[in-house]
Amino acid sequence: MAEPALSIRGLTKIYGNGFHALKGIDLDVAQGDFFALLGPNGAGKSTTLGIVCSLVQKTAGKVSVFGVDIDKDFARAKYHLGVVPQEFNFNQFEKVEDIIHAQAGYYGMPMREAKPRAERLLKDLGLWDKRKGSARMLSGGMKRRLMIARALMHRPKLLILDEPTAGVDIELRRSMWDYMRRINREEGTTIILTTHYLEEAESLCRNIAIINHGEIVQNTSVRGLLAQLNTETFLLDLARPVDKPPVIEGFEVQQVESNQLAISVKRGQKLNDAFTQLTEQGLSVVSMRNRANRLEEMFVSMVEDANGGGARVPPVRQIDSGEVAAKVETSHTGTGGRR
Amino acid sequence: MSPMQIAIALWTLVVKEIKRFTRIWPQTLLPPSITMTMYFIIFGSLIGSRIGHMDGFSYMDFIVPGLIMMAVITNSYSNVASSFFSNKFQRSVEEMMVSPMPNWVILAGFVIGGMVRGLGVGLIVTLVSLLFTRLSVQHPLLTVGVVVLTAALFSIGGFINALLANKFDDISIVPTFVLTPLTYLGGVFYSISLLPGLWQGVSMLNPILYMVNVFRYGFLGVSDIPVGLAMAAIVAFIVVLFGVALWMLERGQGIRS
Ligand SMILES: Nc1ncnc2c1ncn2[C@@H]1O[C@H](COP(=O)(O)OP(=O)(O)OP(=O)(O)O)[C@@H](O)[C@H]1O
Ligand SMILES: [Mg+2]
Repeated sequence: MAEPALSIRGLTKIYGNGFHALKGIDLDVAQGDFFALLGPNGAGKSTTLGIVCSLVQKTAGKVSVFGVDIDKDFARAKYHLGVVPQEFNFNQFEKVEDIIHAQAGYYGMPMREAKPRAERLLKDLGLWDKRKGSARMLSGGMKRRLMIARALMHRPKLLILDEPTAGVDIELRRSMWDYMRRINREEGTTIILTTHYLEEAESLCRNIAIINHGEIVQNTSVRGLLAQLNTETFLLDLARPVDKPPVIEGFEVQQVESNQLAISVKRGQKLNDAFTQLTEQGLSVVSMRNRANRLEEMFVSMVEDANGGGARVPPVRQIDSGEVAAKVETSHTGTGGRR
Repeated sequence: MSPMQIAIALWTLVVKEIKRFTRIWPQTLLPPSITMTMYFIIFGSLIGSRIGHMDGFSYMDFIVPGLIMMAVITNSYSNVASSFFSNKFQRSVEEMMVSPMPNWVILAGFVIGGMVRGLGVGLIVTLVSLLFTRLSVQHPLLTVGVVVLTAALFSIGGFINALLANKFDDISIVPTFVLTPLTYLGGVFYSISLLPGLWQGVSMLNPILYMVNVFRYGFLGVSDIPVGLAMAAIVAFIVVLFGVALWMLERGQGIRS
């Protein structure tokens, strides 16, 4: 196989204040991959990507981009990279098209080539009408798309997206996903993204790494990860409130609200068995959804494992507490029922 | 990057810098023109007529070169300092950092932008001065040479200031507490031959004195100090400061954590 699009070995970062943000991580992203880097707030995702694109100075370790060691020829490595950072980083007072054209210029692209390219990207990303306005007049979602257009100007082979869809509405997010899928598939652009919307990782990415406290705790394919998922939790809305949770043979049941139960279903167990028992006890279920996105559940358990929490899949109550869970809750938006 | 690509990158940056200060001309081009016109009216015409001659020239003719130089110095410096700092502040410096553009191109782009602003304002001031006096230039090449080098030197200075600055106040400290006093004491308004011996010696430690004097020599043909030495010193300063600025950029000082 060709060399990986991104290869990271023993990457360590200690910030100026002594904070140990990365503790020697290893990571490979194959050419053409669509790769997710997940982790709770402060895990070290942006730090990792920042080092790759020269915004952060590494403390130790090796990084190469398409086989080019950044210590040897950073300029050549950078040429392959397109970067969409987590925070807005364009001059708010400049015109949209000026921002895009200037970026092309920094990569040595002549204006006669930059103009049509900019037109295409701005049209693709729904910003063409805004091109003459100054960037501060864009909405938050438009600003993100501006950064995506900017990153694609020089046709990078590796696109790095740090929370590209943060603050983007559901409909737009889906159209951005389609767009990213398209450039991954049609142009063969390797894409690495970080996100807190686990649904995003699940529906877009082939491979995934989970990082926590500056360490990679899992690095596998999305499918492989889901296959590891042993338990799923469902929320059942009852027709009538109950005083205490019913006992259902073989299943762990908890009462969430007076008329809502949470039930954990292990792999191999049949949901039918639970329903049969509920019916026998005279309880009727009016609606059902899964507690969280499947990957979210996986993610929570993995991070808690790494934090020294015991159970692989935590009991329902634990999900409601803690920073990670809080984050996962917000990412639940738009996940609908079981998919 | 190929030389062609580097040229495009540099051109992009320079054009962007020029666009910036022309877009906000009421903040960048207008105020220095007004201030300098005031100086010409008050010091040159009104008071100057009472002062009589300085080094054998009318007071107006004596201060014109100094005032042009003063405008060039402050405008080159503050253009680069505020432009680069606001790029840092708005994080748009990251656009340059992630690109394959070499650091020297980034530095040169900002410096050339600052020079264009400084020299542009200098030209405006020169044109304004023509309303008050007839300028004659004794050594045109030297005059242009020294003003261009001075603009370069202070643009680099502004760049270093911006790299070190953490807040907007930090970019006004040097102009207020260093550049302005040194310029006033650099013989813009008087010939140092008027000073007692001790203060003449102290004045010789002021680098701006040399630039003003060489520039005035270009116009009038008289100088308090040796011209060749002064030019060599300016060039040496430029080389050293450019090296320092580049070294700071390579280290990511103030821009990379
Ligand atoms: N400039 C800095 N100086 C000191 N510590 C920093 C700096 N930047 C980041 N950190 C710390 O490094 C850790 C990792 O930060 P990083 O931004 O990489 O997290 P992240 O995984 O991207 O989080 P998020 O999901 O919130 O974006 C955090 O604990 C953060 O506080
Ligand atoms: Mg981050």
